[in-house]
Amino acid sequence: MRLISRIGQWFDQRLQLAAPIRDAAEHPVPRNTASWWYVFGSAALIIFCLQLVTGILLALTYVPSAGEAWSSLQALNHDITLGWFIRALHGWGSNFMVAIVLIHMMQVFLFGAYKFPRELTWIIGIFLLLMTLGMAFSGQVLRFDQDAYWGLGIGASIASRVPIAGPAIVKLMLGGPIIAGATLSRFFAMHVFVIPGLLIGFVGLHVLMVLKLGINEWPMPGRIVKRATYLNEYHELTRKDGAPFVPYAVWKDMFFAAFILLAVAACATWFGPFGPSGRPDPTIIQTVPKPDYFFLWLYALLSLLPPSLETPFLLIGPVLVILGLLLLPFLSGEGEKSWKRRPIAVLTVMLIAVTLGTFTHLAGYTPWSPKMDAWSGAPVPAQFLHGTSALERQGALVFQVKQCRNCHSIGDCGGERGPALDSVALRLTQDQLIRQVIQGGGNMPAYGKNLSPPETTALIAFLETLHPAGQPPARDASRQVALEQ
Amino acid sequence: MSQDASVSRRGLFMKLGVLFNGVVAAALAVPMGRFLLSSITRGRSNGYLDWVPLGPVSQFPEGETRLATFRNPLVMPTDGKTVDTACWVRRIQGNQFQVFAINCAHLGCPVRWFPQSGLFMCPCHGGAYYRDGSRASGPPERGLFEYPYKVENGRITIQAGEMPTPGASASLMRGRPCKSDNGLITIQAGTVRPSCAGASLLGKESPCA
Repeated sequence: MRLISRIGQWFDQRLQLAAPIRDAAEHPVPRNTASWWYVFGSAALIIFCLQLVTGILLALTYVPSAGEAWSSLQALNHDITLGWFIRALHGWGSNFMVAIVLIHMMQVFLFGAYKFPRELTWIIGIFLLLMTLGMAFSGQVLRFDQDAYWGLGIGASIASRVPIAGPAIVKLMLGGPIIAGATLSRFFAMHVFVIPGLLIGFVGLHVLMVLKLGINEWPMPGRIVKRATYLNEYHELTRKDGAPFVPYAVWKDMFFAAFILLAVAACATWFGPFGPSGRPDPTIIQTVPKPDYFFLWLYALLSLLPPSLETPFLLIGPVLVILGLLLLPFLSGEGEKSWKRRPIAVLTVMLIAVTLGTFTHLAGYTPWSPKMDAWSGAPVPAQFLHGTSALERQGALVFQVKQCRNCHSIGDCGGERGPALDSVALRLTQDQLIRQVIQGGGNMPAYGKNLSPPETTALIAFLETLHPAGQPPARDASRQVALEQ
Repeated sequence: MSQDASVSRRGLFMKLGVLFNGVVAAALAVPMGRFLLSSITRGRSNGYLDWVPLGPVSQFPEGETRLATFRNPLVMPTDGKTVDTACWVRRIQGNQFQVFAINCAHLGCPVRWFPQSGLFMCPCHGGAYYRDGSRASGPPERGLFEYPYKVENGRITIQAGEMPTPGASASLMRGRPCKSDNGLITIQAGTVRPSCAGASLLGKESPCA
């Protein structure tokens, strides 16, 4: 023991770090901040460390070349001892990191921790969030498969819409005129050097400021933050009701950090690594690209926005959101911290959570996309053909062959792009059906040029049979009158 | 720090040192910046576009739309398969063609052709186009991108080399395809006339719309 202490002293005489480290560890924190609500920041840090370690391990094998990246991931998955596990840890670590960073941010927001004097801590936190998302996106690109390739195409298409500079931004982003080797190389440089370097620096600043300014006290309803008096009040609080961070509060951080690492490892073991999906060969077009989990909401949004709103939304929306987040501590730097007295803050968080959750859920089954193989893969359910005439059966055939099924379901099977047609005859009269099929409209293509008159007649005859038994199809009441006259 | 206003010898040297470093940094920044932006500047000076062959015209039956692949004119050693690109070739009749980019005009996903219904459908966000490439439904704001083409000695070549994007400049994609079958590219040995001649450079307006 004496030897260890002497070696320690030898180093400290030269480094002189023991005193500042002890000060930092034992700085007093308000007692009620030793809470399970205050563990998310350190959890994000521990996952970041996991990402650094697993990332370095993956880089030992990964080849950032468009020709070989995919094969090197296959080698990691199948040939190299526990390569699959390291990939799985890194992939699940990424998902956990985004989730924990978002939870941490929500907690900080609801606890009013962004208010005076912690404005800059919040602002740096916003940059950390953006960099975390940047890591998540560039990481998906490095998993150079079909999803990554077409995901880059989507990124380029969005970037190209920037007025004037769009095409130049695309070339800068892709490193050339198309998605190719140079694209992967620059995303590798971003993912492995640029963003992690910035992250390490900003995380250091973020933690330093938490130490310098003190952890946010547990918000009490009615305890108002005022610039003039807050610092004194906080120091008074830590003096009267403070306890040293180590060991009073740190044990919860440590338990939660270990728990989160265990959860990542459990997911990695149970579910395995993500992809890679198909080979990144642009001539294989039988693919349905999808982004990773945390960008699914954006995927849904891009399908559901009206076309005319899309470009303004894509270009202005992120600027407004980021600007709003950055300005938040200046717009409400004082006042109530407690969520119990901030109903709008609580509602905002709930609204954002419900919105993002709904979009993510929708992106899980993409009702807006045609089901490309429904026309050939899903037979017309037998109950729709019982007792039908030859013409109506011919219509059912037209219905399949002309790919109507890709967008319209019958018998709960088929695309969901258009309405289900199980009871379409109740909604539309014969004339309306003909008009809709021939002219399209309401987001349906016009089939006038692609259907011969006999095909149209047969198709309409089949569609008119689509109504529940006992309910007559819709009819135009004036038609009979017109015919009689 | 001396109180008087006169410049001290050391102070002057420090300022000169800052200036010297500034000059060197600027001198180094120029080549670094040029390297970083080379993918943009190269596109402006030499251009990325070139004529690439799609094969003999006889591969494409009249009245049908077929998938063709071509190799990007610019190939780097690490590109792997990414330089092979697909496109849809519609042969209307004779030497009248339309060559559509594979990329959806919405966000670039690969569109698929369904000859039975005469539609291109996109698997991502549900865009659909008619056989002549004009927009049928869904989120795209315009028709499919078209490559300029020419037919020489019974072989069809297209001018390609850049990924088509909604904001792509005039150099690549010219206007949106006409809804009618008029005004298509008719090319006699080496001259190129884009479809919808005079269409807006940004693809927003087309006289044939």
